[in-house]
Amino acid sequence: MKAMETKDLTLGYGETVIIDELNLEIPKGEITVFIGGNGCGKSTLLRSMARLLKPQQGSVVLEGEMMSKIATKEVAKKLAILPQGPVAPEGLTVLQLVKQGRYPYQNWLKQWSEEDERKVQNALESTGMSALADRHVDSLSGGQRQRAWIAMTLAQDTEIILLDEPTTYLDMTHQIEILDLLFDLNEKEQRTIVMVLHDLNLACRYAHHIVAIRDKKVYAQGRPEDIVSCELVKNVFEMSCQVTVDPLFGTPLCIPHGKGRCIVQQVTKNQNADVG
Amino acid sequence: MNKYTPFRMRNSFSFLIDRKSLSINMVFFVLLLGSAIVVIGLGEQFISPLKVVAVLFGNGDPFSTLIVNSFRLPRIIIAMLVGICLAIAGAILQGVVKNPIASPDIIGITGGAAAAVVLFLNLFSTDSGTLTVSIDWLPLAAFTGACIVSILLYLFAWQGGVSPVRMVLVGIGMWAFTKAATTLLLIMGPIHQQSQANIWITGSVYGASWEGVRILFPITLILFFVTIVMIRMINIQEFGEDVATSVGNRVQLSRFFLLLVSTALTGSAVAFGGGISFVGLLAPHIARRLVGSSFGALIPLSAFIGAILVLISDTIGRVVFLPLEIPAGVFTAAVGAPYFIFLLYKQRNVG
Repeated sequence: MKAMETKDLTLGYGETVIIDELNLEIPKGEITVFIGGNGCGKSTLLRSMARLLKPQQGSVVLEGEMMSKIATKEVAKKLAILPQGPVAPEGLTVLQLVKQGRYPYQNWLKQWSEEDERKVQNALESTGMSALADRHVDSLSGGQRQRAWIAMTLAQDTEIILLDEPTTYLDMTHQIEILDLLFDLNEKEQRTIVMVLHDLNLACRYAHHIVAIRDKKVYAQGRPEDIVSCELVKNVFEMSCQVTVDPLFGTPLCIPHGKGRCIVQQVTKNQNADVG
Repeated sequence: MNKYTPFRMRNSFSFLIDRKSLSINMVFFVLLLGSAIVVIGLGEQFISPLKVVAVLFGNGDPFSTLIVNSFRLPRIIIAMLVGICLAIAGAILQGVVKNPIASPDIIGITGGAAAAVVLFLNLFSTDSGTLTVSIDWLPLAAFTGACIVSILLYLFAWQGGVSPVRMVLVGIGMWAFTKAATTLLLIMGPIHQQSQANIWITGSVYGASWEGVRILFPITLILFFVTIVMIRMINIQEFGEDVATSVGNRVQLSRFFLLLVSTALTGSAVAFGGGISFVGLLAPHIARRLVGSSFGALIPLSAFIGAILVLISDTIGRVVFLPLEIPAGVFTAAVGAPYFIFLLYKQRNVG
């Protein structure tokens, strides 16, 4: 079952084409991750799927309807996006931030219904931010701040959540914290999650479905264990590597070739030299 | 969550009230009323606050009643309304542009009004300096000037949409242009008009009358109400275009309407208060430090602080230098300009 799809989607600015007649299906209830080299257009693609960018040609289809034909407020009840590096106004508390997620369900007279209150409380609990609700967003750590933003996205109560590089600029602990949170949300609430991630190995570990973007089109898509191979990494990232199996999770683990202190046995060293 | 109180009535309306912000607003409201009552009594003839209250309730002695009702009250009311309009206009603009330095004067709206006023005085004066049309048309000229600059601002900043950065850049251009135009018109015009024009440009509520109140009061009330209805829209603008679009806000439409309301407020204020500057910058700033960035609390508080600012500036100009009258704009600039410089200095390291 598909939550969303694109049909011959072409994106660009002026004369420049970034995505060219791209066809893609996003599976419902799963975690999908876009991967690709820098500047390949994966962020642009994600943003267009959240109607932040108008297609030059083609369309994005949400629940069977062309997204451009659906009122933006209605789209907001079905799909939420957390953009890269979001900025909150100064002096805002976590609660004030998360409240904004209820925007599509409110009007000028009804700004805090019981349902609003419940959804915001749930969002704060799911992200472990209940105790920090009255803290100022600027006073939080990077991981906490990102969790606050995710709480806002959760409060929007959408089936589909898009996240543009939610873990960039976070240290390893907080990266895992965020990805674990998203994984839980997908498992417990069956939300469809689509992310752009830079770390291929984390993508393999957390994603049910990977979409590799290259040359303005989809190079490959499928389960990580089915499509991630040396050849894919060579073609998409222009890097040679060795793909083994993650000892904890069993998902593909990509180890790039190149320089570095090599302290394994001589035999393995020769193998590296042959391929590298 | 214990700082907040939900306020609901049977599914027809619901609000979340921040108790601290509400208290601060109430304090400043009382402060405003108190200041107004005291200030009404100040002038060549001192009238004690108690007597002022008596007059306001219709129980005053004939002498005090005459002074208060005929001379002072309309001026005080206009001063407060001008302060309210400018403060709200500034708050809205700062929300849309996402820059705490934005205000209607800095993007040239006030300058446009000034240029229009000087043009009006030039066009409709005889060589001896008397006006050929009623001075009652002056507010309309000011309002028109403000609107024209706003339209130009929007048009020049339009490129598939209007972005905050472009608005500020074009705005600064408009500020410079209107300043130059005003100076040129001043120099070209009859010399007798210059001092009158200059007083207007500095900003003064000297010519306040009940006629003015009858026009400005309902306008302010309506625009205040419209702003309150738009508060959710302003709040979400501050999160940037991406987040606003994600939650279903129509960003371009919101920006257009908010700029419209801000212009209407500024135009109305300058029509009756002249080119009073810095209120639209100072009031929302001070308010923000007290209640934060949530516009539900920020808009009323900015309004109260703006009213107090203009009231006090006008009073100092009216009372301290008797028998001279110094325009209120001198004092708003005296406080506002150093504060603005201080703000720019603070922002110098910020991206």
